[in-house]
Amino acid sequence: MEKTVNNKAWFMVLPVLLLVAFTAVIPLMTVVNYAFQDSFGNNQFFWVGIEWFQELLSSERFHDALVRNLIFSFSILAIEIPLGIGIALCMPKKGWGVPVCLVLMALPLLVPWNVVGTIWQVFGRADIGLLGYFLNSLGINYNYTQDPVAAWATVIVMDVWHWTSLVVLLCYAGLVSIPEAYYQAARIDGASRWAVFRYIQLPKMHSVLLIAVLLRFMDSFMIYTEPFVVTGGGPGNSTTFLSIDLVKMAIGQFDLGPAAAMSLVYFLIILLFSWVFYTAMNNIGTEKKHYAGEE
Amino acid sequence: MARIDLDHIRHSYLPNPTSPSDYALKEVNLTFEDGGAYALLGSSGCGKTTLLNIISGLLTPSEGDLLFDGKPVTELSTEARNIAQVFQFPVVYDTMSVYDNLAFPLRNRGVPAAEVDQKVSEILRIIDLESKAKRKAQGLTADEKQKISLGRGLVRSDTNAILFDEPLTVIDPHMKWVLRSQLKHLHKQFGFTMVYVTHDQTEALTFADKVVVMYGGEVVQIGTPDELFRKPQHTFVGYFIGSPGMNILPCEVDGTMARVGGHSVPLPCGLDPKKVAQKTEVGIRPEFVKLGGAGEGLPLKVNAVEDIGRYRILRGEMEGVALNAIVGEGMSIPESPTALFDPTQTNLYADSWLVSEGA
Repeated sequence: MEKTVNNKAWFMVLPVLLLVAFTAVIPLMTVVNYAFQDSFGNNQFFWVGIEWFQELLSSERFHDALVRNLIFSFSILAIEIPLGIGIALCMPKKGWGVPVCLVLMALPLLVPWNVVGTIWQVFGRADIGLLGYFLNSLGINYNYTQDPVAAWATVIVMDVWHWTSLVVLLCYAGLVSIPEAYYQAARIDGASRWAVFRYIQLPKMHSVLLIAVLLRFMDSFMIYTEPFVVTGGGPGNSTTFLSIDLVKMAIGQFDLGPAAAMSLVYFLIILLFSWVFYTAMNNIGTEKKHYAGEE
Repeated sequence: MARIDLDHIRHSYLPNPTSPSDYALKEVNLTFEDGGAYALLGSSGCGKTTLLNIISGLLTPSEGDLLFDGKPVTELSTEARNIAQVFQFPVVYDTMSVYDNLAFPLRNRGVPAAEVDQKVSEILRIIDLESKAKRKAQGLTADEKQKISLGRGLVRSDTNAILFDEPLTVIDPHMKWVLRSQLKHLHKQFGFTMVYVTHDQTEALTFADKVVVMYGGEVVQIGTPDELFRKPQHTFVGYFIGSPGMNILPCEVDGTMARVGGHSVPLPCGLDPKKVAQKTEVGIRPEFVKLGGAGEGLPLKVNAVEDIGRYRILRGEMEGVALNAIVGEGMSIPESPTALFDPTQTNLYADSWLVSEGA
């Protein structure tokens, strides 16, 4: 078939090109611009080449924040994904329990980020917080403002509370799409409960799990508001994740050049990890690409 | 392999059934003899699949008992009943290879590896998927997937029965024929008790030794294909079996004569005067309707003539009631045709049920 060439089409897509230019391309280019220059206020800029990048990549501060962020992201993935699958498996498939469970599960997702932070900030306080007071009265020395372990535990539990629902809802959507005949066939074949999970439920949840892992990784790697409200990055720097560090650098110290360089590196790290996850999970247990399947 | 008895089985999907219409299965007493090939035939929603799921244990009947070789199994789980069942749509374990899919029912029951290999290889040959044994089941065509489902049903040699729930719906016509002949062949070879649910009469009549026709949650007739054709016990069977189905004409009975409209039709039997029937009908297959000239029989208004190749179907009506006739090759259709009924092939129905001869 002959392709129709009509230059009028460019006018049709012009509005969206302009929108993308102003919301994404121009801001990004500004950041790139800052990353290679030094500024001394009064709009004076000096070309510094890749100096900021060299400085950033060799700085201990950046390494520490990056390692903290990786530990955080992998911890919450290791908790939220299995927990989410588990809860989704326990949820009822029909009857009055379905809407009740769905609403309960959706609730944490509807709470604004900073409110989540505030809730846990108060909840965990040793003097007036329900959790903090309870733990301390049990003899456990829990104080997230002084103890790095307590601070980490609080931030992780908070994230699990906030975001496991998302994994649950995604998995549940995958589970309810499995036709009843699969379970019937498994009973006929004498399959164990584990085999039903391993060979029917898990494969059918594969694509939604991929989305869940990607979303949770990207979100947790960019986490800012909740730990900022609860711990402010402390005690010391123990919960200073990349985003908190970036804000300190850009707005606290007003080091625009290094902050811009860090933004770009940060962005590339997320992109790289997401690509690795996507590729890896897409290759697990599928040979789809080799065969012309009908699905 | 076992004989399967259904004893006063009733089933309702409602929690508290009260009237008979609440029951998906109204009351079924049925015996599937050991090693028999049965077809359950009926239109959609007549309770075929319900009956099948009760046999396999996927459903527990509201009332009644199920017996395998005389032993009650109503309370046993699906696994314990040792039944194989093939569903309407292909069910394959996507992440397993074709080989592992077929081996799955055997491995779950702890069959030794050597025996698994021997059985699976045999089934692979039967379903013609040897070349794809190592391949993942995902990405195969619907045909191939359904062949795997069939294969999983056939792989266990010790099953009490193999149940098929419209298994060839998704298979293309040529393959349908091949697979059906293979099933028939397997049945002869191994003597499984097979129950085959279908709404396709050709499938039922070619596969089964005995056909169980269901209608509205009840079994209306069990018989050989020939019995279903010649002596339908219920007008539904007459209408459902055959293409086109039996002609059913309302009539009044006078001794051994039926009065259809203003005309008399001789009957092979009369109606028991003690029985009161709400409605009486004569039934005759289009194959046994002969055409005569004016004044010879019942006047027939011709609506259409369909040429099927070896014969023609005359679609007509008699005083507003549809009446079809099959006109053989080389036979001409008269100018103003009338219908003549072969008395030996004319059946009398009282309240939709056949009035047997000599009554």
